[in-house]
Amino acid sequence: MDAKTGFFYLFSVVLLYAAFRVISARNPVHAVLHLMLAFSQASGLWLLLKAEFLAIALVLVYLGAVMVLFLFVVMMLDVDVEGMRQGFWKHFPLAATIGALVALEMAAVLMGGFRGMEEPKAVAAVLDAAGQPVVVSNAKALGELMYTKYLYPVEIAAVILLVAMIAAIALTLRTRKDTKTINPSQQVHVRAADRLTVVKMAATRQAPAPEPAANAEEKKA
Amino acid sequence: MTPTLGHFLTLGAMLFALAVVGIFMNRRNLIVLLMAIELMLLAVNMNFVAFSHYLGDMHGQVFVFFILTVAAAESAIGLAILVLLFRNKANIDAESLDTLQG
Repeated sequence: MDAKTGFFYLFSVVLLYAAFRVISARNPVHAVLHLMLAFSQASGLWLLLKAEFLAIALVLVYLGAVMVLFLFVVMMLDVDVEGMRQGFWKHFPLAATIGALVALEMAAVLMGGFRGMEEPKAVAAVLDAAGQPVVVSNAKALGELMYTKYLYPVEIAAVILLVAMIAAIALTLRTRKDTKTINPSQQVHVRAADRLTVVKMAATRQAPAPEPAANAEEKKA
Repeated sequence: MTPTLGHFLTLGAMLFALAVVGIFMNRRNLIVLLMAIELMLLAVNMNFVAFSHYLGDMHGQVFVFFILTVAAAESAIGLAILVLLFRNKANIDAESLDTLQG
Protein backbone atom coordinates (compact mmCIF):
# COMPACT_ATOMS: atom_id res chain seq x y z
CA MET A 1 0.00 0.00 0.00
CA ASP A 2 1.71 3.16 -1.14
CA ALA A 3 1.19 6.66 0.18
CA LYS A 4 -1.37 7.53 -2.48
CA THR A 5 -3.63 4.66 -1.45
CA GLY A 6 -3.32 5.62 2.19
CA PHE A 7 -4.18 9.23 1.47
CA PHE A 8 -7.13 8.15 -0.68
CA TYR A 9 -8.67 6.16 2.17
CA LEU A 10 -7.87 8.83 4.76
CA PHE A 11 -9.48 11.61 2.71
CA SER A 12 -12.45 9.41 1.82
CA VAL A 13 -13.22 8.41 5.40
CA VAL A 14 -12.94 11.98 6.69
CA LEU A 15 -15.03 13.23 3.76
CA LEU A 16 -17.84 10.77 4.43
CA TYR A 17 -17.74 11.46 8.18
CA ALA A 18 -17.93 15.20 7.55
CA ALA A 19 -20.81 14.76 5.10
CA PHE A 20 -22.66 12.68 7.68
CA ARG A 21 -22.13 15.36 10.32
CA VAL A 22 -23.41 18.01 7.88
CA ILE A 23 -26.77 16.31 7.62
CA SER A 24 -27.03 15.24 11.27
CA ALA A 25 -25.55 18.14 13.24
CA ARG A 26 -27.95 19.78 15.68
CA ASN A 27 -26.30 23.18 15.44
CA PRO A 28 -26.32 24.72 11.93
CA VAL A 29 -22.94 26.36 12.59
CA HIS A 30 -21.44 22.92 13.21
CA ALA A 31 -23.03 21.73 9.97
CA VAL A 32 -21.38 24.55 8.02
CA LEU A 33 -18.01 23.87 9.64
CA HIS A 34 -18.26 20.18 8.76
CA LEU A 35 -19.18 21.14 5.21
CA MET A 36 -15.94 23.14 5.09
CA LEU A 37 -14.09 20.04 6.28
CA ALA A 38 -15.78 17.99 3.57
CA PHE A 39 -14.75 20.45 0.85
CA SER A 40 -11.16 20.52 2.06
CA GLN A 41 -11.01 16.70 1.95
CA ALA A 42 -12.48 16.72 -1.56
CA SER A 43 -9.79 19.19 -2.51
CA GLY A 44 -7.17 16.71 -1.26
CA LEU A 45 -8.75 13.95 -3.32
CA TRP A 46 -8.64 16.15 -6.42
CA LEU A 47 -4.95 16.73 -5.78
CA LEU A 48 -4.51 12.94 -5.83
CA LEU A 49 -6.25 12.99 -9.22
CA LYS A 50 -3.72 15.58 -10.46
CA ALA A 51 -6.33 18.32 -10.84
CA GLU A 52 -4.31 20.95 -8.99
CA PHE A 53 -6.03 24.01 -10.39
CA LEU A 54 -9.51 22.80 -9.48
CA ALA A 55 -8.37 21.66 -6.03
CA ILE A 56 -6.98 25.10 -5.24
CA ALA A 57 -9.99 26.81 -6.81
CA LEU A 58 -12.22 24.70 -4.58
CA VAL A 59 -10.35 25.85 -1.50
CA LEU A 60 -10.29 29.50 -2.58
CA VAL A 61 -13.81 29.80 -3.95
CA TYR A 62 -15.70 27.37 -1.78
CA LEU A 63 -13.90 27.44 1.54
CA GLY A 64 -12.95 31.08 1.20
CA ALA A 65 -16.10 32.62 -0.18
CA VAL A 66 -19.19 30.44 -0.35
CA MET A 67 -18.78 28.78 3.03
CA VAL A 68 -18.09 32.10 4.70
CA LEU A 69 -21.31 33.36 3.11
CA PHE A 70 -23.13 30.34 4.55
CA LEU A 71 -21.58 30.99 7.94
CA PHE A 72 -22.64 34.64 7.89
CA VAL A 73 -26.21 33.76 6.98
CA VAL A 74 -26.44 30.98 9.57
CA MET A 75 -25.14 33.27 12.28
CA MET A 76 -27.35 36.15 11.18
CA LEU A 77 -30.58 34.15 11.26
CA ASP A 78 -31.95 33.20 14.63
CA VAL A 79 -33.00 29.67 13.72
CA ASP A 80 -35.31 27.71 15.95
CA VAL A 81 -33.33 24.47 15.80
CA GLU A 82 -35.52 22.38 18.07
CA GLY A 83 -38.70 23.12 16.12
CA MET A 84 -36.88 22.27 12.91
CA ARG A 85 -35.85 18.86 14.12
CA GLN A 86 -39.34 17.60 14.84
CA GLY A 87 -39.77 14.39 12.90
CA PHE A 88 -36.03 14.18 12.30
CA TRP A 89 -35.72 10.60 13.48
CA LYS A 90 -39.20 9.69 12.27
CA HIS A 91 -37.99 9.73 8.67
CA PHE A 92 -34.69 8.05 9.50
CA PRO A 93 -35.60 4.40 8.68
CA LEU A 94 -36.99 5.29 5.26
CA ALA A 95 -34.18 7.71 4.51
CA ALA A 96 -31.46 5.29 5.61
CA THR A 97 -32.99 2.49 3.56
CA ILE A 98 -33.17 4.60 0.41
CA GLY A 99 -29.67 6.01 0.95
CA ALA A 100 -28.17 2.57 1.51
CA LEU A 101 -30.01 1.24 -1.54
CA VAL A 102 -28.71 4.07 -3.74
CA ALA A 103 -25.15 3.69 -2.46
CA LEU A 104 -25.07 -0.12 -2.71
CA GLU A 105 -26.58 -0.29 -6.18
CA MET A 106 -24.35 2.40 -7.57
CA ALA A 107 -21.30 0.90 -5.87
CA ALA A 108 -22.07 -2.55 -7.29
CA VAL A 109 -22.46 -1.23 -10.81
CA LEU A 110 -19.53 1.18 -10.70
CA MET A 111 -17.09 -1.17 -9.00
CA GLY A 112 -18.11 -3.91 -11.45
CA GLY A 113 -17.65 -1.69 -14.46
CA PHE A 114 -14.68 0.53 -13.63
CA ARG A 115 -12.61 -1.49 -11.18
CA GLY A 116 -10.23 -2.55 -13.92
CA MET A 117 -9.43 1.00 -14.97
CA GLU A 118 -5.98 1.54 -13.50
CA GLU A 119 -3.93 4.68 -13.18
CA PRO A 120 -3.15 6.00 -16.68
CA LYS A 121 0.42 5.45 -17.77
CA ALA A 122 2.65 8.46 -17.64
CA VAL A 123 2.75 10.09 -21.04
CA ALA A 124 6.13 10.48 -22.70
CA ALA A 125 7.65 13.88 -22.07
CA VAL A 126 7.17 16.34 -24.91
CA LEU A 127 10.43 17.77 -26.12
CA ASP A 128 10.78 21.26 -27.49
CA ALA A 129 13.07 22.31 -30.34
CA ALA A 130 16.12 22.45 -28.08
CA GLY A 131 15.47 18.96 -26.79
CA GLN A 132 14.42 20.10 -23.33
CA PRO A 133 11.29 18.49 -21.85
CA VAL A 134 8.30 20.84 -21.90
CA VAL A 135 6.61 21.12 -18.53
CA VAL A 136 2.85 20.84 -18.98
CA SER A 137 1.01 22.03 -15.91
CA ASN A 138 -2.60 21.30 -15.14
CA ALA A 139 -3.47 24.98 -14.84
CA LYS A 140 -1.85 25.76 -18.19
CA ALA A 141 -3.66 22.92 -19.96
CA LEU A 142 -6.98 23.96 -18.43
CA GLY A 143 -6.40 27.60 -19.30
CA GLU A 144 -5.49 26.84 -22.90
CA LEU A 145 -8.65 24.81 -23.28
CA MET A 146 -10.85 27.39 -21.57
CA TYR A 147 -9.62 30.41 -23.49
CA THR A 148 -9.66 28.79 -26.91
CA LYS A 149 -12.32 26.15 -27.25
CA TYR A 150 -14.52 27.22 -24.34
CA LEU A 151 -14.15 30.99 -24.69
CA TYR A 152 -17.85 31.60 -25.34
CA PRO A 153 -19.01 29.45 -22.34
CA VAL A 154 -16.50 31.27 -20.14
CA GLU A 155 -18.12 34.58 -21.07
CA ILE A 156 -21.57 33.13 -20.39
CA ALA A 157 -20.32 31.99 -16.98
CA ALA A 158 -19.11 35.52 -16.30
CA VAL A 159 -22.55 36.88 -17.19
CA ILE A 160 -24.15 34.29 -14.89
CA LEU A 161 -21.96 35.47 -12.02
CA LEU A 162 -22.88 39.09 -12.74
CA VAL A 163 -26.58 38.24 -12.81
CA ALA A 164 -26.25 36.32 -9.55
CA MET A 165 -24.48 39.25 -7.92
CA ILE A 166 -27.08 41.77 -9.03
CA ALA A 167 -29.91 39.42 -8.04
CA ALA A 168 -28.50 38.77 -4.58
CA ILE A 169 -28.02 42.49 -3.94
CA ALA A 170 -31.43 43.44 -5.33
CA LEU A 171 -33.18 40.76 -3.30
CA THR A 172 -31.73 41.80 0.03
CA LEU A 173 -31.55 45.56 -0.56
CA ARG A 174 -33.56 47.42 2.05
CA THR A 175 -34.04 51.21 2.01
CA ARG A 176 -34.56 52.84 5.36
CA LYS A 177 -37.55 55.11 5.74
CA ASP A 178 -36.19 57.35 8.49
CA THR A 179 -33.04 58.70 6.91
CA LYS A 180 -32.68 62.34 5.90
CA THR A 181 -30.96 61.63 2.61
CA ILE A 182 -31.97 63.69 -0.39
CA ASN A 183 -33.14 62.21 -3.65
CA PRO A 184 -31.08 63.72 -6.49
CA SER A 185 -33.64 62.70 -9.08
CA GLN A 186 -36.38 64.64 -7.35
CA GLN A 187 -34.05 67.58 -6.85
CA VAL A 188 -33.21 67.79 -10.53
CA HIS A 189 -36.83 67.68 -11.55
CA VAL A 190 -37.95 70.48 -9.26
CA ARG A 191 -39.42 73.58 -11.00
CA ALA A 192 -39.38 77.16 -9.87
CA ALA A 193 -43.15 77.09 -9.40
CA ASP A 194 -42.78 74.43 -6.67
CA ARG A 195 -40.62 76.62 -4.50
CA LEU A 196 -41.53 80.23 -5.35
CA THR A 197 -44.89 81.97 -5.59
CA VAL A 198 -45.20 85.33 -7.41
CA VAL A 199 -47.91 87.51 -5.95
CA LYS A 200 -49.39 90.37 -8.03
CA MET A 201 -49.93 93.51 -6.05
CA ALA A 202 -50.31 97.25 -6.71
CA ALA A 203 -47.29 99.49 -6.86
CA THR A 204 -48.45 101.83 -4.06
CA ARG A 205 -50.47 100.96 -1.03
CA GLN A 206 -53.62 102.81 0.01
CA ALA A 207 -53.49 104.65 3.31
CA PRO A 208 -55.16 102.60 5.99
CA ALA A 209 -58.64 103.77 7.07
CA PRO A 210 -58.78 105.34 10.53
CA GLU A 211 -59.58 102.81 13.14
CA PRO A 212 -63.12 102.83 14.53
CA ALA A 213 -61.88 102.12 18.05
CA ALA A 214 -59.87 105.35 18.05
CA ASN A 215 -62.99 107.40 17.10
CA ALA A 216 -64.95 105.94 19.99
CA GLU A 217 -62.19 106.98 22.34
CA GLU A 218 -62.33 110.58 21.11
CA LYS A 219 -66.13 110.83 21.62
CA LYS A 220 -65.85 109.70 25.21
CA ALA A 221 -63.29 112.35 25.95
CA MET B 1 -6.09 -2.08 -2.98
CA THR B 2 -4.85 0.86 -4.99
CA PRO B 3 -7.59 3.33 -5.89
CA THR B 4 -9.03 2.78 -9.35
CA LEU B 5 -11.67 4.74 -11.19
CA GLY B 6 -14.28 2.53 -9.55
CA HIS B 7 -13.15 3.63 -6.09
CA PHE B 8 -13.56 7.31 -6.88
CA LEU B 9 -16.93 6.77 -8.54
CA THR B 10 -18.12 4.74 -5.55
CA LEU B 11 -17.00 7.52 -3.23
CA GLY B 12 -19.04 9.97 -5.30
CA ALA B 13 -22.05 7.65 -5.15
CA MET B 14 -21.79 7.35 -1.37
CA LEU B 15 -21.51 11.12 -1.00
CA PHE B 16 -24.57 11.57 -3.21
CA ALA B 17 -26.53 9.00 -1.19
CA LEU B 18 -25.60 10.78 2.05
CA ALA B 19 -26.87 14.05 0.59
CA VAL B 20 -30.14 12.36 -0.43
CA VAL B 21 -30.55 11.04 3.12
CA GLY B 22 -29.86 14.56 4.40
CA ILE B 23 -32.62 16.00 2.21
CA PHE B 24 -35.02 13.33 3.50
CA MET B 25 -34.23 13.94 7.15
CA ASN B 26 -33.97 17.73 7.19
CA ARG B 27 -37.01 18.50 5.13
CA ARG B 28 -37.91 21.46 7.31
CA ASN B 29 -34.56 23.19 7.60
CA LEU B 30 -33.84 25.16 4.43
CA ILE B 31 -30.20 25.87 5.33
CA VAL B 32 -29.39 22.17 5.64
CA LEU B 33 -31.25 21.54 2.38
CA LEU B 34 -28.96 24.02 0.62
CA MET B 35 -25.92 22.37 2.17
CA ALA B 36 -27.12 18.93 1.02
CA ILE B 37 -27.41 20.30 -2.51
CA GLU B 38 -23.81 21.52 -2.25
CA LEU B 39 -22.77 18.00 -1.21
CA MET B 40 -24.57 16.54 -4.24
CA LEU B 41 -22.75 18.94 -6.55
CA LEU B 42 -19.47 17.96 -4.90
CA ALA B 43 -20.21 14.30 -5.60
CA VAL B 44 -20.92 15.09 -9.25
CA ASN B 45 -17.72 17.11 -9.52
CA MET B 46 -15.79 14.22 -7.98
CA ASN B 47 -17.06 11.95 -10.76
CA PHE B 48 -16.10 14.49 -13.42
CA VAL B 49 -12.56 14.91 -12.08
CA ALA B 50 -12.08 11.14 -11.69
CA PHE B 51 -13.20 10.43 -15.25
CA SER B 52 -11.08 13.30 -16.52
CA HIS B 53 -7.98 11.87 -14.85
CA TYR B 54 -8.45 8.23 -15.72
CA LEU B 55 -9.51 8.83 -19.33
CA GLY B 56 -6.83 11.50 -19.85
CA ASP B 57 -9.31 14.10 -21.10
CA MET B 58 -9.16 17.68 -19.87
CA HIS B 59 -12.71 18.55 -20.93
CA GLY B 60 -14.10 17.03 -17.74
CA GLN B 61 -12.16 19.53 -15.64
CA VAL B 62 -13.50 22.42 -17.72
CA PHE B 63 -16.98 21.17 -16.93
CA VAL B 64 -16.15 21.06 -13.22
CA PHE B 65 -15.07 24.68 -13.51
CA PHE B 66 -18.44 25.67 -14.97
CA ILE B 67 -20.32 23.61 -12.37
CA LEU B 68 -18.41 25.43 -9.62
CA THR B 69 -19.38 28.77 -11.16
CA VAL B 70 -23.05 27.91 -11.40
CA ALA B 71 -23.07 26.37 -7.90
CA ALA B 72 -21.57 29.54 -6.43
CA ALA B 73 -24.21 31.67 -8.17
CA GLU B 74 -26.94 29.31 -7.04
CA SER B 75 -25.90 29.34 -3.40
CA ALA B 76 -25.57 33.13 -3.38
CA ILE B 77 -29.10 33.61 -4.72
CA GLY B 78 -30.41 30.82 -2.48
CA LEU B 79 -28.99 32.46 0.60
CA ALA B 80 -30.38 35.84 -0.46
CA ILE B 81 -33.84 34.28 -0.80
CA LEU B 82 -33.35 32.63 2.59
CA VAL B 83 -32.55 35.98 4.22
CA LEU B 84 -35.60 37.53 2.57
CA LEU B 85 -37.76 34.64 3.78
CA PHE B 86 -36.50 35.01 7.32
CA ARG B 87 -37.22 38.74 7.21
CA ASN B 88 -40.81 38.16 6.13
CA LYS B 89 -41.78 35.05 8.08
CA ALA B 90 -39.30 35.08 11.01
CA ASN B 91 -38.46 31.41 10.45
CA ILE B 92 -36.97 29.26 7.69
CA ASP B 93 -39.28 26.30 8.06
CA ALA B 94 -39.99 24.78 4.66
CA GLU B 95 -43.32 23.50 5.99
CA SER B 96 -44.54 27.06 6.54
CA LEU B 97 -44.19 27.91 2.84
CA ASP B 98 -47.75 26.93 1.99
CA THR B 99 -49.30 30.19 0.85
CA LEU B 100 -49.68 28.89 -2.71
CA GLN B 101 -51.84 26.05 -1.46
CA GLY B 102 -55.06 27.91 -2.29
